Amino acid sequence: MAYDKLIFERSSEGRVGYSLPESPVADYDIDASLTREADPELPEVSEFDVIRHYTNLSFKNHGIETGFYPLGSCTMKYNPKINQELSSNEAFTAVHPLQPAESVQGLLKIYYETQRMLSEVSGMDTYSLNPYAGAHGELVGLLIIKAYHESKGDHKRTKIIVPDSAHGTNPASAKVAGFDVVEVASNCEGDTCDGTVNIESLKDVLDDEVAGIMLTNPNTLGMFEKDILKVAELVHEAGGLLYYDGANLNPIMGVARPGDMGFDITHINLHKTFSTPHGGGGPGSGPVGVTKELKPFLPAPIVRKAGDFYLVDEASELSIGRISQFFGNMNVVVKAYAYMLSTGRDYLPEIAKLSTLNANYVRESLKDTYELPVDEICKHEFVFDGLKNPPEGVRAIDVAKRLLDFGMHPPTVYFPLLYKESMMVEPVENESKQTLDEFIKTMRTIAKEAEEDSDTLKNAPYTTPVRRLDEAQAARKPRVKFKDLL
Amino acid sequence: MHKYLPHTEADIKAMLDAIGVERIEDLFAEIPDSLKDFEMDLPKAHSEMELRKHFRELAKMNQPLIPFAGAGAYDHYTPSIIPYLIERQEFLTAYTPYQPEVSQGTLQYVFEYQTMITELTGMDVSNASMYDGATATAEAMFLAQATRKKNRVLVSATLNPYVRDVIDTYAHAKGIEVVTLPEVDGASDFSALEGSLDDDTAALIVQSPNVYGVIEELEGVKETLKQKKALLVVNQDPSTLAYLKPPADHGADIVVGDAQPLGIPLYFGGPYIGYMAATKKLMRKMPGRICGATEDTDGRRAFVLTLQAREQHIRRDKATSNICSNQSLMALFVTIYLSLMGVKGLKDVQKTSYNHAHYLYENLKGLKQFEAPFERPFFKEFTLRTTLDAEKMNQALKEKGYLGPFAHGTYDASKADLVTFAVTEKRTKEEMDELIRILGAL
Repeated sequence: MAYDKLIFERSSEGRVGYSLPESPVADYDIDASLTREADPELPEVSEFDVIRHYTNLSFKNHGIETGFYPLGSCTMKYNPKINQELSSNEAFTAVHPLQPAESVQGLLKIYYETQRMLSEVSGMDTYSLNPYAGAHGELVGLLIIKAYHESKGDHKRTKIIVPDSAHGTNPASAKVAGFDVVEVASNCEGDTCDGTVNIESLKDVLDDEVAGIMLTNPNTLGMFEKDILKVAELVHEAGGLLYYDGANLNPIMGVARPGDMGFDITHINLHKTFSTPHGGGGPGSGPVGVTKELKPFLPAPIVRKAGDFYLVDEASELSIGRISQFFGNMNVVVKAYAYMLSTGRDYLPEIAKLSTLNANYVRESLKDTYELPVDEICKHEFVFDGLKNPPEGVRAIDVAKRLLDFGMHPPTVYFPLLYKESMMVEPVENESKQTLDEFIKTMRTIAKEAEEDSDTLKNAPYTTPVRRLDEAQAARKPRVKFKDLL
Repeated sequence: MHKYLPHTEADIKAMLDAIGVERIEDLFAEIPDSLKDFEMDLPKAHSEMELRKHFRELAKMNQPLIPFAGAGAYDHYTPSIIPYLIERQEFLTAYTPYQPEVSQGTLQYVFEYQTMITELTGMDVSNASMYDGATATAEAMFLAQATRKKNRVLVSATLNPYVRDVIDTYAHAKGIEVVTLPEVDGASDFSALEGSLDDDTAALIVQSPNVYGVIEELEGVKETLKQKKALLVVNQDPSTLAYLKPPADHGADIVVGDAQPLGIPLYFGGPYIGYMAATKKLMRKMPGRICGATEDTDGRRAFVLTLQAREQHIRRDKATSNICSNQSLMALFVTIYLSLMGVKGLKDVQKTSYNHAHYLYENLKGLKQFEAPFERPFFKEFTLRTTLDAEKMNQALKEKGYLGPFAHGTYDASKADLVTFAVTEKRTKEEMDELIRILGAL
């Protein structure tokens, strides 16, 4: 039976897990009227208790190093250890964000060079590395769109166009930025839609109230927007701006650049494309890039280079303002910088090509068993619409749960929303042919199990630390802290 | 070949054959040729040896200073086992726990983290984390606006200026009017509160200890706010809650802040971790992820992301926030820190910081270059008025290896003579005495 204690359940009164030097200065009183009546209840555990507890918790997680992790749109690539080592240096970690520029030239150089390299990779003029995550980058980008139109005295542009295949964050970010969301339809043949923008549908929604369009290219079905140049032309003609959601940059890195496609603003997920760890849901980093024209709108602080000196600047009058307390997730940036140097100009295009090769190999190898709605060459990912011949009641989630028993993390399920049984598969460039072949074989085994006895799938998983959860119970009567369990 | 890329020539050939194309380039045929023609000015691929050498040079270009500044980033001690544990690949490399059966490690520490935040703040519920203290405060403003359906917020003048800037940026997005509640003698002027409120005010946002380090007197504030059905949002360094009255005791509806002072290294500004806790009433409108307890089909206790109907991946443009990735690994950091310290250790750290700050305050106040601008209770940060030029003072301190106090003139010229020192348990008596000597000689 798997370890199942909470840290609070390991607590014994009087145990400690820390050591501190004795304070050399006198004791000063705290006014009793300011202090709390009862102490917060925190665990009382030894250092070894803590180590064993969290080590045991870690055994209940599937990480990238545990096994295959083809989670679509998440780019679960190898997180190199050297990046971890290099970024742990005290010269980078023990530095206060308010240190004067002359004492942090190394960090500012990393910041500046990362801005520059991301610009080269994506064809933008410059970047801000302040945004903390992809969704934060989207918000920043949308605020730039807003500020741009406002600077022209154009206050009627209240709409952002988002395709029906977009990530959920796109419409949510547009809303937070104060825009109304207008959906644009995909290109479809019958019921089969490939998520690319339908030009006629785009023309229908373009007017002088449109502030911009948010696109992921390749999109969430792994399809490259073939008409991107036309889309850019039409949106620009209508006075709107193009925003590039960089979640799927990996397969076109070094092959084509958003800036050249006509995008005005981009964000890049360093925790996807540039190998920094996802951390179980952050810290990520979502740098935002802009064209030269939009540079004055970037958030503060800004890192610039003057001669050989790197300096920190406040923003221009036109800036959207500050969006982070300091410089964003700087230690994450250090890792991404190390990754960019490891791969360099030579291997970035290789990454794009091999991730695309992997996806197409898996797609082609399984399309006889799993329903492939869009049967075309894809980029880094593609979407199955469940099993080709699903027995009664067997759904994508059942296939996903059964995969867990084979030590593999499932694809993203039920996204994108275009297909009812979406299974979005992204086998990144670090995965070898052997691993892919094992996955293909496993997916076939599962399909066969579904035919022979569908309960095998419906009751899966069997071998995981816990089995399927009662999610309804959790939502109906939320218990969100230890005391709620007592 | 590259060590991160496993494909052999034979693999590539076999895979291309299976796909039915001749060359990898054929997989990119739909991309217009005009887009494929560009040059990238990037460095060559570095080997591990070259990389280490390059980073040694970069490291030499940094000079970590011993900080006597805070302003949102505090130099507390990090126990050795935290980096060791959070770098376990199962925690470090996993994605958001969307498959709970293989994510119980993540989900359980989030549950523990939520528990600890509610213990410190006294609130009913905590989310799984936000980006930083500033964005958490801005999100609290959104939450207040959404629940109260009102479009104006009062923000105390004693809020950290960077946090205020982020609030202003976010407020502009949604067309929220931000009004400043004035300050008097280093604290919010609550005598002006009643006059500043109106029927359209959604909330008051106040920070304690505030930008001057002063502990705000929040008694009675909630009663005044209640008259206009406005919420109380408190931004507080959670480490101070080892001693200080929890915001819940003052009737706070939402408590936010940055949990960096719970042992997270300075990292030149990030990653830190914003936290948000609230009353039960607000739970279903809170931004971000929330982890809840449930059972699996065998009746075993288990944890899962819950109330997801609030979130962007389900609700899209109807979501309460666009936040997706948060700072999960830093929540683990904080959880391990608080487990190791326990309430006794946290109190030790905070009391030592408190004593150090008061020692330095008493000694600097005695110098002719400094005077106390106000007599208010403070915790580990305090403000002095100085006759010295703040910039020159900090330059002199830098040359001796110290980061001088936060200069209020950097954001408000009328406050050019005010500087705020931060002192933690990490500062030794020798360092404090040297600082006193250097400043006394200027």
